[in-house]
Amino acid sequence: MDYYITDNLSGAIPLKEIPEVEYAALYDDLKERLKQDSVHVAHYFATPDGNRLRFYIIILDDSKHSILVASYAMEYYDDVALPSLTALHPAMHVFEREISELYNVEFDSMPWNKPLRFSFDRRNRNSTIDNYPFYTIEGESLHEVNVGPIHAGIIEPGAFRFICNGENVLHLEIALGYQHRGIEHEFISTNNRLRQTLLAESIAGDSAVSHATAFATAIEKLCGKNAPDNLVIERCVGLELERMAMHIADTGALSTDVAYQLGQVACEALRTMTINTTQAWCGNRFGKGLIRPCGSNKPLTAEKVEMIRKNVNEIARRYSEVVDDICSSPTLLSRFEQCGTVPRTEIYRIGAVGMAARAAGAKRDIRASHPYGCFADKISHQSIKEHTGDVMARLMIRCREVAQSASYIEQMLAAYHPTAIPQPDYDIKLNPEAMAISLLEGWRGEICHVAITNIDGEISTYKVKDPSLHNWLALAIAVRGEGISDFPICNKSFNLSYCGHDL
Amino acid sequence: MIIPKIKVLNSHGKQYIPDLNAVELTDEFRGRPELTATDDMSNVEAAARICPTGAITTAPFSLDMGKCLFCGECALKAPKNIRFTNDYHIGSTSREALVVHPNENKIEFHPERIRPEVKRLFSKALKLRQVSAAGDASVEMELNATGNVNFDFGRYGVEFVASPRHADGVVITGPISKNMAEALDICYNAIPEPKVVIVCGSEACSGGLFANSKAIGRSFLESHEVDLWLPGTPTHPMVFIDAVMNFMGKKTR
Repeated sequence: MDYYITDNLSGAIPLKEIPEVEYAALYDDLKERLKQDSVHVAHYFATPDGNRLRFYIIILDDSKHSILVASYAMEYYDDVALPSLTALHPAMHVFEREISELYNVEFDSMPWNKPLRFSFDRRNRNSTIDNYPFYTIEGESLHEVNVGPIHAGIIEPGAFRFICNGENVLHLEIALGYQHRGIEHEFISTNNRLRQTLLAESIAGDSAVSHATAFATAIEKLCGKNAPDNLVIERCVGLELERMAMHIADTGALSTDVAYQLGQVACEALRTMTINTTQAWCGNRFGKGLIRPCGSNKPLTAEKVEMIRKNVNEIARRYSEVVDDICSSPTLLSRFEQCGTVPRTEIYRIGAVGMAARAAGAKRDIRASHPYGCFADKISHQSIKEHTGDVMARLMIRCREVAQSASYIEQMLAAYHPTAIPQPDYDIKLNPEAMAISLLEGWRGEICHVAITNIDGEISTYKVKDPSLHNWLALAIAVRGEGISDFPICNKSFNLSYCGHDL
Repeated sequence: MIIPKIKVLNSHGKQYIPDLNAVELTDEFRGRPELTATDDMSNVEAAARICPTGAITTAPFSLDMGKCLFCGECALKAPKNIRFTNDYHIGSTSREALVVHPNENKIEFHPERIRPEVKRLFSKALKLRQVSAAGDASVEMELNATGNVNFDFGRYGVEFVASPRHADGVVITGPISKNMAEALDICYNAIPEPKVVIVCGSEACSGGLFANSKAIGRSFLESHEVDLWLPGTPTHPMVFIDAVMNFMGKKTR
C-alpha cells in the first residue's frame, strides 16, 4: 500500500502528493495494519472534490512516530457498497457513520449504522434526533431508563438510554447531536481568519486553548511559518494550565458525586485559582484570546511569568494534599475502585484515546508518540499510566497529571525571559491545494485538526476531531454491569465533551 | 485519616467572597467597552471589517455587546476609539441597552421593565432551570461557578434546580441548535407560571458565531419575551450575579 508518510512536526502536504488508491487495497491493508496496538486512525472523512467524493484517511503509527496519509475516490452518485472496516475494527465506527450520514455512502455489513450527530446537511432528512433508533431488548425482568437530552445539572445535552435488569445496567446507548452547530461548515464559509480562530476556541469551551492551538498550528503549516521558540513555550504553558484546571475541576466533580464535600470545595477553589491565573494572563478564564495564528496578543511579561509560577506552585501543593486525603479515605476508595472498568484490550478495540486510555495502561499520548511544541525538544515527556481502567485509575491519572503539568510549567518558565513575540497575522496567504494535519494532546486526549486549501489558498475543508468522538463509546461500555446509581461517577470520570462530538 | 483532612482544611481556609458587591476583576478582564468617536474613523472601519460577528457599526458608531465575543481585537486595531474596561455590570433587561455608543460609561439596567408579578414573587429567592442549547460548555461551567465555594450565590436564594417543575424560570445558553429546539420548548412549558427567561452568553443573545448557521433555530426567542440579557464569552459569574441581584431588586445599578 502506498502512503504519504509524514510526522507531526512537518509542514503541509501538497494534495497531489497524497496517493489515490483503490478502496479494496486500502481495506486489505488496514484489515491487517490496524491489528497492531500502536496503530490507529486519527481521522477518516470524505469531502467533495469536483464531481467526485474524495476520502482521506490519516493513520498514526506510534511506534515509528509517523503519520500515514492516503485517499480514494468515488463518483458522487456511485451506489456501490464498500466493505465496512467497522466490522473488523469497531474503532472505525464513528468515521464510517459520519460518512454515511453526510454522503449516503453505504458500508457493507456495518454493524452499527446509526446516525452520528444529525448534521444539518445530512442526506436523510427523515432521520431526526427525536426518532433516534435506540436499541431495545425484550424481556419481563428488563426495563428502560431514559436520561436527557436535558440533564439534572448545568451541563450540555445528550440522550442516554439504559436497559436495566433491576438496579444493574445491561446496556447503555448514547444519542448525541443536540449540540450540533455546523461548526466545520462555518470554518469554510468565511475567509476571516480571526473568525476562524474564534470558531476554533468555541469547538469545546473547556478545551479552548487546545483547539485554538491545533487551529493555529494548522494555519502555520499551511503558510510555511514555524512559530518562534518563545511562542511555542507560551502556548505550551497555556495548554498545561488548561489541563491542570480541568483535571482539578473533574476531581471536584467526582468528589461531589460521592458526597465528599471537602474535596469538592477544595477543588472548586483550586480550579478558580487556576482559571483566574489564566484570566490574569489573557483576560479570559478559559484562555480565549490567548492563542492566535502566527503570533500572540498576550505575550508574557516578567511579572506574569512570576505570577503564574507562584500560583501554579501553590495550586500543586494544595492539590497534592487533596490527593493525599482521597488516597487515605476508604469510603472514597470503595466507591472509585473496581467501578466502571474498561480494560486495555477493549480500549484498543474501540479506539479510546487520551487519559481514559492511559488509565487502562494503553499507550495513547500524542505528547509522547507524536511530539509537538515543547515536547519535541525541551521536555522529554513520560506518559503517566495506570492499569486498572476503573474510575479510580482515571482519577489517579488526573491527580498525577496535575503534578506533572505543574512541574512542566515550572520547568518551562523557570529559565524563561520574555522577549518580543510577533503580532498575530490574519492576512497571511496559505499554500494552495495543500493539507495540514495538526495533532496535540488536550486534557481529554488526542485532538486532530485537518485543513485543506483550494486552488486559491482558501480553506475548503476543515475537519475537527475532539477525543470525545472516540471516548463516548468507552463510557457506554464502562457502565455495563454496574449499578445505575454509579453512572454519575462513571460519567464524571470521563467528562466528555458533547459539543466537541456534535461540532 | 483525620490528619490529611485537617491539612486540606488548613490550606483551604476561607474561600468565599465576603461581599459580592465589592468584587473587582483583574485589569486584564474584558468587560464593558467604552467608545470614543474621533475625526478619523478609519481604524474603526478596519476593526469593523475584522469583527468576527459584525458587532461594530461605524455610522453611527456603536458596539453591540449581545454580538460581541470580547476577543478585544477591535481595541487593538482602534485603540483611540475602543477600549475594554474590567466593568462587569453589563447585563440588562433590555436587548437595546447592550448596544454601546460613544461616551457612555454605564449599561442601563432598566428595572422598570421587570414585570410586577416577577418583582412580587421572586425578590427573595429565584430557582432556575438551565438549558444548554449548543453552548460550548464554558458558559455552563461559569453558571456552575456562581454556586461554588467562592461565589456562593446560593446565600442570596438563587439556585439552579434539576426539575423545571421546581423552577421559576429558564436560563438558556448557546446559540440554540435546531436539534435542541424541541427539548427547550418542552422544558420551558413544564415551568409553572409566572416564569422568567434569561439568556446567558453572547451566543445565546444573538447566535454569536453561529447566527447564520443552518444548524441553528432561534424561533423560541421570537415567540417568548426575554427578561434578562447577559453578554459574555463566556458570561463571567460576576456578570450573572450582578444582573440577577439587580433583577431581584437586591441592588440598584
